[in-house]
Amino acid sequence: MLARSCVRPMRAFASARNGAVQITKRAASSSSGSSAESPLRLNIAAAAATAVAAGSVGWYYHLYGNSHAMTPAEEGLHPTKYPWVHEQWLKTFDHQALRRGFQVYREVCSSCHSLSRVPYRSLVGSILTVDEAKALAEENEYDAEPNDQGEIEKRPGKLADYLPSPYPNDEAARFANNGALPPDLSLMVKARHGGCDYIFSLLTGYPDEPPAGAQVGAGLYFNPYFPGTGIAMARVLYNGLVEYEDETPATTSQMAKDVTEFLHWAAEPEMDDRKRMGMKVLVITSVLFAMSVWVKRYKWAWLKSRKIVYDPPKEGQTKIRD
Amino acid sequence: MSALYNAIFRNNYTMLGAVFAGAFAFNMGYDTLMNKIWDHINRGRQWKDIRHKYATSEDDE
Repeated sequence: MLARSCVRPMRAFASARNGAVQITKRAASSSSGSSAESPLRLNIAAAAATAVAAGSVGWYYHLYGNSHAMTPAEEGLHPTKYPWVHEQWLKTFDHQALRRGFQVYREVCSSCHSLSRVPYRSLVGSILTVDEAKALAEENEYDAEPNDQGEIEKRPGKLADYLPSPYPNDEAARFANNGALPPDLSLMVKARHGGCDYIFSLLTGYPDEPPAGAQVGAGLYFNPYFPGTGIAMARVLYNGLVEYEDETPATTSQMAKDVTEFLHWAAEPEMDDRKRMGMKVLVITSVLFAMSVWVKRYKWAWLKSRKIVYDPPKEGQTKIRD
Repeated sequence: MSALYNAIFRNNYTMLGAVFAGAFAFNMGYDTLMNKIWDHINRGRQWKDIRHKYATSEDDE
């Protein structure tokens, strides 16, 4: 029944298609004196096409309502622009802040978030001394090479190992966190719009109470900076949560700033060297450019400073000067 | 002036050697100068500025 009712409009469409084919034929061979398409059929085809277009738009609104593709809540509040010193062109990371941020990561974030792309060796010489890094690596166990029986034993970590993840796999992480996967933080500064500003705003942006009328799902927390505003991570940074070894007051914003700078280092450990090399390149190329401009002006001076004068022939003088 | 010409510019191999040696020397001097400027811009921020607080012995990195 349904099939048969579908066939009839198909046939109507088929005839319309035939009409279209004839139109193109006629346009292709204008010299042939074949029978011209009647304007009535063209008008009917145009009206049908308009009706189909209008009908599909109406059908869409009937199905999905007057919905927007992207509401401000889905976008998330845009983070405040902060004047990060380490983001200036000629400034390195503040390595004391990196050290504090690594402490915050180790004591707070690492219980849920992995940092799987950072090996212990990269901490040496930028955040930790080699002895500290070795001691830290040895606190964890890693798979050793297979022994004579082919069994894989555990060995203490060494500098070449990567920071351990809190969960063995993503499924375990989801299971332990109510279905939400804590993302790996290795490249998080590069992976989110707003970078450092976003992470700092997210960490410090939890209001005491969700605003009136905000929809917060079960097991979620309200954070205006998180796209969708419902984040599965509760506020974790509170004043005095960690005790810094350099006795910096561990306020919420201080910890958020330090861990954000540390995560920027984790995502971009080459930044210091890159900026230093960039400074050298810019200085030397600007000197070379200035020199090349001077050489060009020097070489072109005779051409640019010459003067071409037209000397018209005198009155009554017909002889061409030799 | 002619001494300079005879010493460097007269032969191609001396000229080439002068260019290579000059590039080498300039690179060392330029790097040293720019690193000094860099360390001055970033004084107190780099690891080498705070390392002495945490290093226990002198032979480790």
